[in-house]
Parts: sequence; structure tokens; C-alpha cells
Amino acid sequence: MSEYVAPLRDMQFVLKELAGIDQVAQLPGYEDASVDLIDAVLDEAAKFAGGVLSPLNIPGDREGAKWSANDGKPGVTMPAGFKEAYKLFAESGWTGLQSDPEWGGQGLPKVVGAAVTEMWKSANHAFSLCPLLTGGAAEALSLCGSETLQQTYLEKMAAGVWTGTMNLTEPQAGSDLSAIRSRAEPQADGSYKIFGQKIFITYGDHDMAENIVHLVLARTPTAPEGVKGISMFVVPKFLVNADGSLGERNDAWCVSIEHKLGIHASPTAVMAFGDNGGAIGHLVGEENRGLEYMFIMMNAARFGVGLEGVAACERAYQRARDYARDRVQCVETGVRGGPKVPIIRHPDVRRMLMTMRAYAEATRALAYVVGAAHDVATRHPDVALRRRNQAFVDLMIPVVKGWSTETGIQVASIGVQVHGGMGFIEETGAAQYLRDARISAIYEGTTGIQANDLIGRKMAREGGATLKALIEEMRALDADLAQAAGEHFAAIHRRFGEGLEALATAGQWIVDTYGPDVRAASAGAVPFLMLVGIVTGGWQMARAALIAQAKIKAGETDPFYQDKIITARFFADNILVQAQGLADSITDGAASVMALAEDRF
Amino acid sequence: MKILVPVKRVIDYNVKVRVKSDGSGVDLANVKMSMNPFDEVAIEEAVRLKEAGIASEVVAVSAGVAACQETLRTAMALGADRSILIVTDEELQPLAVAKLLKAVCDKEAPQMVIPGKQAIDDDANQTGQMLAALLGWPQATFASKVVVNADKTGAAVTREIDGGLETIEISLPAVVTTDLRLNEPRYATLPNIMKAKKKPLETTTPEALGVDVKPRLKTLKVAEPAKRAGGVKVADVAALVDKLKNEAKVI
Repeated sequence: MSEYVAPLRDMQFVLKELAGIDQVAQLPGYEDASVDLIDAVLDEAAKFAGGVLSPLNIPGDREGAKWSANDGKPGVTMPAGFKEAYKLFAESGWTGLQSDPEWGGQGLPKVVGAAVTEMWKSANHAFSLCPLLTGGAAEALSLCGSETLQQTYLEKMAAGVWTGTMNLTEPQAGSDLSAIRSRAEPQADGSYKIFGQKIFITYGDHDMAENIVHLVLARTPTAPEGVKGISMFVVPKFLVNADGSLGERNDAWCVSIEHKLGIHASPTAVMAFGDNGGAIGHLVGEENRGLEYMFIMMNAARFGVGLEGVAACERAYQRARDYARDRVQCVETGVRGGPKVPIIRHPDVRRMLMTMRAYAEATRALAYVVGAAHDVATRHPDVALRRRNQAFVDLMIPVVKGWSTETGIQVASIGVQVHGGMGFIEETGAAQYLRDARISAIYEGTTGIQANDLIGRKMAREGGATLKALIEEMRALDADLAQAAGEHFAAIHRRFGEGLEALATAGQWIVDTYGPDVRAASAGAVPFLMLVGIVTGGWQMARAALIAQAKIKAGETDPFYQDKIITARFFADNILVQAQGLADSITDGAASVMALAEDRF
Repeated sequence: MKILVPVKRVIDYNVKVRVKSDGSGVDLANVKMSMNPFDEVAIEEAVRLKEAGIASEVVAVSAGVAACQETLRTAMALGADRSILIVTDEELQPLAVAKLLKAVCDKEAPQMVIPGKQAIDDDANQTGQMLAALLGWPQATFASKVVVNADKTGAAVTREIDGGLETIEISLPAVVTTDLRLNEPRYATLPNIMKAKKKPLETTTPEALGVDVKPRLKTLKVAEPAKRAGGVKVADVAALVDKLKNEAKVI
């Protein structure tokens, strides 16, 4: 069974040629991020992903995380090998890749973190969630926590010695956080006692780290109703003494874990706070601003989950490709009586593999470009440039999250199909990617939530200004495509141009409709998100093709560049063509979405 | 005690090697290159000796094109303190490399040189032995265990030989070449990768070291191994013996 091999060549191409890593390396604080250093970092991450995390992926899925009552001290035992792998992961410094050097991190750019995170997720989706959550919780503390909280927690979290969680969801409060009921009672010493139950807490308990730092949303006694009355608290599994050593066990317990479709090695905890007198917590920032704080880091978390879509595409593609090369079935199409051939020779299998490859490359390119824009938006000295990049990032985060993860599921499903019946049984490993990928389009906001964020907060609120600017930028590239020679570029130019017009039309319709008929606009929200993904993904593929052609003209002989042009053309002719259909379903489809009476369902 | 570790930049062990169409060599264009795996073992051993307080400094040395810098950075990320790159575009053969390393040893005066026993590209398995001869030092090849004496004047080296294991005592300075079972190389940590960028890397040339690296051997032709032909079933032992005798002419 083949292990994951990081697609370093494509990652380096995207970082250098599309995401502009050399410009990111000029930003204040990122001077160390030279191209040769990043190559060295990616090389070593690739070794770790392929050598340590990938071999644990299938055994972790089969064994799963285990919960036990443990004589009144309930908790989770991780599958064999995870504890050792996590220790090595933390000791190797990977948890601190993007953390502030003040807390012992390496302070590398987000776009580098994106490439490395993609590797962890391709190699072992379930494992990757632990550092992802720790990073998110640490970011919340570093942005909103008091100096004392930062001193207490951030160094340990950057070092991965302690891990972090996000405790938002309650049984009655899923996508709707205004329904949160957990309580926080102020104590005389300034701390709070937390009471309540939280569900779906990823890595809510495990045995890989000394301590677990829970960030918990709860209401104080004086809090107003709804989302404006939610505060954020840090509630550690073990209380932390003044000298930083671990003290008593806090009243925060994992009382069970969920049985899930996928990511079996990732413990999804039901957390009980305060069943034995109250869990001691400390307020993060100010009271009643918890949701606001949560949203600051929500973008980071959504971007991270978007990378799961990229990772699923890549991993499923690698396995399907290897299988298609090995599996011999039937003679070559159109040949009578010839020898049996590997199925990679059959046109339909080729179509599937090209689809998988094209999606992996397009989702990767888009995600890294957004990651680099985030770096510019946070660090560039020019305010106007920062703002422009931030607007682009805000617009694209729901697309990276929603489109990449929906695409990841689709590609993992095609991966099963390439295997035929062998894909439906677990032994080949193809099915696990599909099961694992399924959650990515759900957690951190479902695709529906992402799409409503896209058309509402990110478009309607500003009259679609950022989208229009983006369309103009893409039109400029289309003009370059028109100048490029050869049939590949003629096809890319034609399909990209059509896609752009479809996007412009549907985008205008969304902006115009959102005010007068928000229900109609919402009915088309997900198709619109997919449309933005396909066209902007096609944009990156077209950019890549033009760069590849320039390299070939300059005498580069690496076959990678010709492959890129062919893959970009495939994307144009086979995927970008969906743009018009999606646009039609947005502008015309709403009429029937809500037409059927509720009792006719 | 200073340890010198020669490291070679070779075609990555995961890469499917292709022969150039004109048969002049292996196609290295656009191919991933990495540190020779035996040299990773050598670096690991040197770093462990340093961590154990036996060695005081680990110096990595490479010879070849400028891109060998990357290999040296890897060596430093794994724990080497500094490195020396001997830059040349000339094809380097084992004797030339041994002479270059001798020149470096004359300058650096290490107590131990730990080369990999061979490189996975040409599989020559000669450089360490030649270097020992040029230096007039003892050699312990194919090491699977190295124990340095308390007074650091000698070492006990366990060697992998055809019949099993052999332990020999050598006096230092010496050349010890590594076998794969000597240790399991670590993963480089992220902070060490970052730090490696700032560790000193000295560049020199064969000319500066006074070594003539012109190839003594001429490569006539490089070819892929012949494809295996399909086997045949024989009816009985007599038929097999007949084939071995008359067709294969091996008995």
C-alpha cells in the first residue's frame, strides 16, 4: 500500500509563481522566509508526513480513539502510535510554525503554513486536527487574552506540550450559537465557575499532551439574550499554578465520544463542565464579546479546513493513479484481440484521473494565493494594499472553505470509482478518504453557512464591490490569454471568458436580488459559491498555464510545464464549462426551490 | 574531538532513475536530489557522539556543484555545526574525492572522519578506504556500532561482514564508514532548519586545495539493465538439467 508523497514540485510552483512567495518574504517579520529556506522546510515536512503520519492513517481509522469510564475519571485513549507521533511532531517544532517567536514559534508566513498543513491533512486528516485546533485556540488567546493568560498558555501551546480546543456547540446550539446556555458564575477572586455541556469538541480529550486548554463560550448571569451575551473563557483540563506547573484536575470531563462516519482517530468529545461543583475558568478579553473573538479566528479555522479539501483531492488522486497503473483489465479501447492493459489506458479512467488532478491543482493554487494575500493584508506597510488584500481574503475564505471541501468529497468519491469494487471495500484505503473528507464541508460552518456569508456579509453589504474588482482583475488575465498562441490557449481563453461572463451575470443578480428577495438569493447561494470557486480556480490554472508557457519559451525542459498547460486546458474544457449551468441555476433556479408547499414534502 | 562527515548530493532514493537517451549517463535534469542515505547515518552518528559529550564539533563537507549547499544545509539542520563546500563542475570520482577530503583533513585535523560506506548513485564503496590510505590512518568500514574509548585515543567498531559481525579496535584518528544499521537518522526539527541557514558554510575549490580532480576513469556507456524475458515451464527434471547444460551452459 503506497504512502503519501507530498507533491513538492507543484507546491513549489504555486508558492513561487502564483502566490508570490518572494514578495511575502519581503514583508516585515518574514525576512527569513527565503525560497531556499522554504524548500528545506517543505522537504522536511514531506519526510515527516510520508514517514510518520501517513503510515498511521489506516491503523488509526481501524482502531479509532477509545473512550473509557476509568473509575470516575473518564477519558480518551488514542490509537496505537498516535501518542509517539504527536510527541515527535511537537518536538520537531511543527506546532510552532506560524506562532509568534515571542512564544517560541518560528513566525513563518501563513502561505508556508498552508503548504505544510496540506501535507499533514493529506497524510493523516484525523491527526492534523489536533495541531489545527491548538493553533486556532492559541491565536484567539494571543489576539484577545490578557497578558497573564498569554504568559500562562502561549509558550506551552506553541511548543505543542499543551493542546487546545474550541467549545462552541451545544445540543440545541449548532449553527445557531445564539442558543448557547452554558453558564459562567463570577467568583470573588476574579475567576469564573463554568457549568454546562458542550458537544462535537474535536480533541476534547486525549492522552497525547500534558494539558488541554479549552476555550469555552458561556453566558454570565447579567448577559443579554442572544449572540450579544456570549463570553469566552479559558478552561484548562489541569489548573495551572502560578509558577506554570500543573495543579489540580479541573471539573471539565469528556463524558463520551461520538461514533462517526470518518476521522475515527480524531476524538469528538461530549464535554461536561461543572458537574462536580464548577469548572474554573478565566475570562478572555471582555464579557459578552466572545462571539466576536471567535469570529476573528474563524477565518483562520475556515481557511485551515479549506486545505482539507485540497488535501483530500491530492491524496485520493495519488492512490487512484497508483491503482490505475497497476490494475490490468480489458484490452485497449478500439483494439481487437490485443493484450490486456492497465486501466490507466482507458479513456474514462483517464477522464477521472485528469478531473482529480485538475481539481487538486486548482484548489491548491487558489488556497495558497489567498494565504499569501492574507500575509500581505496583515504585514504590508502600505495601508491601501493591506485593505485591498484583506477584502480579497474576506471574499475568498468562504470559497476556499466551501468549494475546496465540496470538491474534496467529489474527488475522493471519484477515487473510489477508479478502484471499482475494490474501492468500496476498506482494504484499498480509497473509501477512507471519502469518509474522512465528508466532515470538512460540515464543520467550521457548513457549505450553506459559507455561501450565505459569501453573498450576504461579503457581497451584498458592499454592493459586490470586491467581487467586481476581482472580475476586472481576471478580465485583464483573459486579455493575456487572448494573445497566447496554440490551441490549448485558444480553448482556455474561450472557456475562461465564458466563465467570467457567467460569474459577472450571476454576481450582479445576487447583489440586485439580495435586498428585495433575500430568500431567492439564498436559494442560489451554494451554486454561486461553487461558481466563484470554479471560475477563480480556472483563473489560477490559466495563470499557471501562461507562466508555464513562458518558461518553456525561455528554454526550460522540465515536462512539468507542459503537463501544467494540458491540465489547465482540461480544467477549462471539462470543469469551467459548468459555469454557465451554475449561473442559470442561480438566476432561474430559485423560482422552484421554495415553490413546493412545506406539507407536500 | 572534531568529527568530519563527508556528505554527497545524490539522486533521491524515491526517484525512478532514467538513463540519458545517448547512453552518456543518468538523466539528472529536473530530478529531485537528496543527501546520500548512508551519509545521513554518518551525520546522525557524529551528532550523537557530540550529544554524548564525546565529540566537540561536527563539520560536514561536500564536493560538487553549487547546489550541494542544500545538502550541507540539511546536514547542519540535522546537527552539524558548520560546513565546507568544495565547488567544482567536474565529474568527481572516488580517488579525486578522497584527495579533496585528505586536503581538508590536513587543514581541519579531525580525530575521526565518518563517510557513508558508499553512495547510492555510483555504489563505488571506495572513497573511505582511499582516504584512510592517503592519510595513513586506520579504517573501520561498514560500521554498525561505534564505541569511542574514554580517553578518546581509540574506538571499538563493530563491522558488518559476510559471516556476521566483527569487532575491531582502532586507534584515532581514523576513518569509520557507516552501514545502514548503525543508527536511525532523526527528522530535522523546524527550529534547526531555521538555524541551519545561519550556520557557517565555507566555500573553497579543488584548485585552492591543490588537488587535481580530473577523472582517471572514462565512462564508455550507461545502459538500463536488460528487461527480464519471460520464463518457461519444463516438463521434468531431466528437461531442466538439459536446459541448464546445453542452453544456459551453467553446468
